[in-house]
Amino acid sequence: MDTIGVQDFLVVAVLLFSVGFLGVVLRRNLLLVLMSLELMLNAVNVALVAFSRHSANMDGSLFVFFIMTVAAAEVSVGLALLVALYKKRQSVFSEHLTMLKN
Amino acid sequence: MNLSLVDFLFYVFATISVGGGLAVVLSRNPVTAAMFMILSLVGVASLFVLLEAFFLAVLQVLVYAGAVMVLFLFIIMLMDVGPDSGKGAKLSKKRILSGFIALLGVGLLTVLTLEYSGVATVATDSADHWQPVTEETSAAGANIVFSKSVKSFGYGLFTKYMLPLQVAGFLLLAAMVGVIVLSKKTDDADADNKADGPSLGTTNPQSEEA
Repeated sequence: MDTIGVQDFLVVAVLLFSVGFLGVVLRRNLLLVLMSLELMLNAVNVALVAFSRHSANMDGSLFVFFIMTVAAAEVSVGLALLVALYKKRQSVFSEHLTMLKN
Repeated sequence: MNLSLVDFLFYVFATISVGGGLAVVLSRNPVTAAMFMILSLVGVASLFVLLEAFFLAVLQVLVYAGAVMVLFLFIIMLMDVGPDSGKGAKLSKKRILSGFIALLGVGLLTVLTLEYSGVATVATDSADHWQPVTEETSAAGANIVFSKSVKSFGYGLFTKYMLPLQVAGFLLLAAMVGVIVLSKKTDDADADNKADGPSLGTTNPQSEEA
């Protein structure tokens, strides 16, 4: 890697994180919100591995491990909640999540 | 400016991962979004390969592109959600406001990173700004040196990060139990309880047997 530095990977991570953030805030379909959350976690992984490789330190790469674990657990629980919601409301859109309103 | 092969590949994979992510956010059909998500995840895995974290790249493809996205696709097919009709997506004041705030946050993040990414490169002597990977690992507790081999992952996980590893395993167990409890059929049981009368949820099963 001659001209590619850690900052280039960092820019990619920021772009991925921003895209995921936009998805979380703007989309109404909760499935897509969960996917965008995954995108944000992936962006963090890219930044961690880049810094880990840059400073020749294994800790960042090992943390990616734990982030993947937490992401898998989060997705499984989130999808189970989504299925429960769909059974009740027949919808996966965030504006129909009004069970606590009244 | 002549690009080396690695630099060219970096731009290709960065474009794939960010473009895939953008397509996820913009696509109307959830199945299309899931497919683009797989593309984006594979792009991220390729970036890991460029960073010489081969094990993490394999893990990324197996866990994310394999398991997680298959789970997503199962749920999408189970719930039979079609494409967003855009009917309910009226441009209310709240939605415009949230979009504006989202763009503001993204802009702030981008500007700050571009501003401070120069600071992150203080060690850029351009000669050795990617330190060479060595195969040796140091003793537990000290900083573990970055290494390409899978062995060093296991070494780090089972020495320095033993407790977090156990906690992660327990977290997976808790998530598994939580998913089983959440996806049990509760509607029928609730209906039965209501039909039987306003019974407390804690009737002991032995009284039913008697």
